Amino acid sequence: MNAPESLATEVGINITINGEPFAAAEGELVIAAAERAGVYIPHFCYHPRMSSVGMCRMCIVDIDTGRGPALQPSCMVPVSENMVVDTTSPQTKKAQDGVLEFLLLNHPLDCPVCDKGGECPLQDQTMAYGPGESRFVEEKRHYEKPIAVNDLVFLDRERCILCDRCTRFADEVAGDRLITFQDRGDQTQVNTFPHLPFSSYFSGNTVQICPVGALTAKPYRFKARPWDLSEVESTYPNPMGDRVVVQASRDQVLRYQGADSDAVNWGWLADKDRFSFEANVSEMRLGAPLVRGTPLGVPDAAGTELVQTTWHTALTQAADAISAAIDAHGPASVAVLGGAQLPNEDQYAWARLAKAVIGTDNTDAQLHDGLPAEAVLGLPRATINQACTPGGTVILLAPDPKEQHGTLYLRLRHALTKDDVQLIELTPTASGLSHLAAHRLHHRPAEAHAVAVALVGGEMAPDGNGCIGGVLADDVAAAAASLAARADRPITVILGRPSLAEPASCTLAAASELAQFGKLLEAGGRPGLAFLPLLHRGNVFGALDMGLAPRLLPGRVGLANPNPALRKVWGSLPQTPGLDAHGILSAAANGQIQVLILLGADPLSDMVNRELAMKALDAVPTVIASDTLPNSSTAKADIVFAAAAFTERDGTHTNAEGRVTRQRQIVTPNATARPDWAIASELAGQLGCDFGYTSPQDIWAEVCHLAPSHQHLQAAQLDSRDGALVIESSIDFAGSEQVEPTPSVDSYSLRLVSTRQMYGKATITQNAPSLAGLARPATLLLNGSDFQRLGVAQRTVVRVISNTGELDVPVSSSADVPRGTAALAYNHPDVDVRALLNHQEAVTDIRILTK
Amino acid sequence: MARLGPANITLAKEIISRYPVARSALIPLLHLAQEQDGYVTQEAMAHIAELLGITPAEVLGTCSFYEMLKQEPVGEYMVNICHGISCHLLGASELIGHAEKTLGIKAGGTTEDGKFTLEAVECVAACTEAPCLQVNYRYRNKVSLADFDQLVERLRAGTSSIAPHGKLARTRQQIDDERRAGVSPPDGATQAPWLDTNSNSNGDIDNKTIDNKTADNKTTDNKTADNKTGVSP
Repeated sequence: MNAPESLATEVGINITINGEPFAAAEGELVIAAAERAGVYIPHFCYHPRMSSVGMCRMCIVDIDTGRGPALQPSCMVPVSENMVVDTTSPQTKKAQDGVLEFLLLNHPLDCPVCDKGGECPLQDQTMAYGPGESRFVEEKRHYEKPIAVNDLVFLDRERCILCDRCTRFADEVAGDRLITFQDRGDQTQVNTFPHLPFSSYFSGNTVQICPVGALTAKPYRFKARPWDLSEVESTYPNPMGDRVVVQASRDQVLRYQGADSDAVNWGWLADKDRFSFEANVSEMRLGAPLVRGTPLGVPDAAGTELVQTTWHTALTQAADAISAAIDAHGPASVAVLGGAQLPNEDQYAWARLAKAVIGTDNTDAQLHDGLPAEAVLGLPRATINQACTPGGTVILLAPDPKEQHGTLYLRLRHALTKDDVQLIELTPTASGLSHLAAHRLHHRPAEAHAVAVALVGGEMAPDGNGCIGGVLADDVAAAAASLAARADRPITVILGRPSLAEPASCTLAAASELAQFGKLLEAGGRPGLAFLPLLHRGNVFGALDMGLAPRLLPGRVGLANPNPALRKVWGSLPQTPGLDAHGILSAAANGQIQVLILLGADPLSDMVNRELAMKALDAVPTVIASDTLPNSSTAKADIVFAAAAFTERDGTHTNAEGRVTRQRQIVTPNATARPDWAIASELAGQLGCDFGYTSPQDIWAEVCHLAPSHQHLQAAQLDSRDGALVIESSIDFAGSEQVEPTPSVDSYSLRLVSTRQMYGKATITQNAPSLAGLARPATLLLNGSDFQRLGVAQRTVVRVISNTGELDVPVSSSADVPRGTAALAYNHPDVDVRALLNHQEAVTDIRILTK
Repeated sequence: MARLGPANITLAKEIISRYPVARSALIPLLHLAQEQDGYVTQEAMAHIAELLGITPAEVLGTCSFYEMLKQEPVGEYMVNICHGISCHLLGASELIGHAEKTLGIKAGGTTEDGKFTLEAVECVAACTEAPCLQVNYRYRNKVSLADFDQLVERLRAGTSSIAPHGKLARTRQQIDDERRAGVSPPDGATQAPWLDTNSNSNGDIDNKTIDNKTADNKTTDNKTADNKTGVSP
């Protein structure tokens, strides 16, 4: 299906397929070459993104390599010069017929009640190549049906044809070898170890690649027949921009399937994204605007409840509040938080409303849990494929990709296991890739900078214990040597926030050192070093490109240097540089913000400084929220707009690489919900500025017209599956010399690290019934030696005390956490680590009290 | 005892040290677990997975593939009576019927005292000696009904030299220090790992726990194979 890029460009081996000459690539498998030549060879076990195993025998064709034609499995035979392949010979036909008859021996003929019926490779190929009639009169296999291999996936074992796709996926792609073949011969079955479920973040992919109906997904089971589904290709709003096929029936989204994008997700999806469609069809969806009113549902500005109202009322109230604030306190008294989940067009419309119409630069799409926009836009950007270049180096200066960016984890895992990429971890705790890492530099929290300096060949100043930032100096030196040894291949830094318990400046200081090193390498004629930034929330990179950040304008342009085209269209610009999320909420808490607009943002749940968010929301006179689902912050809002979800409107999405791809509408918006660009345009109209937009396409045309970085991204460029990259940036990141001092840790305390887990308290996850219960139990993880000192049993509830707060949580030992460090998830639905976080210092030290 | 006991953990680590890649020790460890409990318990499989750094599902996948690794408790003596063609023609059915009556169980069952499990098995590749049977995989050839009674009597009395089911005999071999592969991974190695060990053999691997006893085979026919895994005709 997708020949690797490297293969597609080299043309070398001349073969003949069904009488037609074809130039295949060296090392290409016959089945892949035939596919490219337009000849389909039926198969079940072969999958282009996994290794070939030749299990199903369906792809056997006549192959003649000079010794006469012979039947060979085309998924196991690489092309060779002058090879002659015949997929239509009588032998081939007879073999296919026979293989299908064997495969169907034990396969039940329950197609009418099987979810796969209608999109089943076995069914389709039996129709196309099969015998048409079974000679098998004996009893077929019977199994208990179905068994749940985990909370999301069901297995009907009698339907399985033992193609090894799901087990191979679990083994070589996901690395979760929890389903295997068991028993032998005609009794062979796929199963888990008893009472040890297939707990993988990626189990939904096995459903998608199952060539029969053996594996089915709980959220889709018996919901629809494939021929009733309509579908569009779209982009899932996560920072990777995973390409998906959205399938709907009767105006309701029923399923997301991964689309095989060579540049991005290779067809895979994380379960958290795949099954999140449930949230969009949830009963909790906002269907109409809400304003304050009395408990009887009568709108009343002083009311205690949120009551449904008309769009006209809500928009007028919002516009009135904004104009009143501008008149009384100036434009800087209005602030916009969030917008990171919206498509580019909607972000642009809000940015234009805020910066050109209202005149405030107080906008931030990130909630103080990311990196400054200047750093993200100013550092050289890598693509995922660059990061996965064979023989290259990846430096992880980010949270665990497995927990946060599922498909990136799968791509990196492939690069580490198959393409000889070396991973250097520069993180405070282990990640899901640690066991594959060449060097694990697990430093003391907030001390990445010192390690980074030593890693790039700078000053190596070990302390009394022979450590740099808590890492053995020898280990750092070994990593530095490996890094230097591979400097002739691309180096990619995965850049994010390795811990939300430390400020971004700790990470930025380390990133600056690495960037300097990259410049030196480039000056020396080496490929240099680029960054793949990984931030939280769907289209956060689009938000930065569209100017939803302080001191920025659309098109990666600073507020201080607007280009003439933008100045002409926008008219006016904010007079003063604005505040970031932390600044906005601090100003709000001090009564300087009159109107706070939340675009799908939930500062109460997400802001690292929870108390600040609470104070701010209480102090702001008018909070306006635009969201698809209610959350703790919309509950505090005065006006709530019901927004359309990503399957309910067209748009474009920008991923971590700066890759812009299309999102397409497939269903009508929920009730009266409107897309955000329309809400922003209406508000602009009420405030006296007609944007003149009639569709997202209008907005995109405007973006391409006035954003220098997007000029080449005209509509037609975006129609391909891989989209197109935004490359230019006029933002310069000067680097960060600011190194936060870290106080020494006393011997009774542990230093806290906190990152997000895959399943947490995110609104989407909690509103998808299949995902809501999947969060791991909250556990404070300690190194074995620290744990032993406590003298308690695993999972004993202890009291954790920091100088800002305390909470009770079970404690366990973990090899993932270095000595002196403690790890607690940031986004657990029940245990809120933010109660402990110290905002005065770079680190949070905790003590543990046992009962 | 379900997980491997302390002595067996030591032994397991020694077995793992013989292989360049730890998971290669999977089948020997399954035998070890079977020797300990008479069959391979789920807890033992999970323990083996821990020792080898693989998942319990992988251990089960291998364990369930092999008929001789039992996942359910079996008697001290597994009596496998062949009912392949040759044995059948020479009275295997009668022998099985007689065995069922003598032991008071049906084929596939285990006696209440846990002494015997009776199985009717497919050809065990001793057709010239039909009808034949195996007790814990030790052959008994040309078995008459009287022979069978006598065999059962000896096993019951404990005068037979046949070890209880799972007991490893010859398979646990002595490997000289200089022939050990050690634990260096083969990836990137420029030569076979044992060659390296040969040149600087310092014998640092402790092998005091190796059990090298072989079963006494004076009661067996001199044509039989005594090896646990051997099924030579």
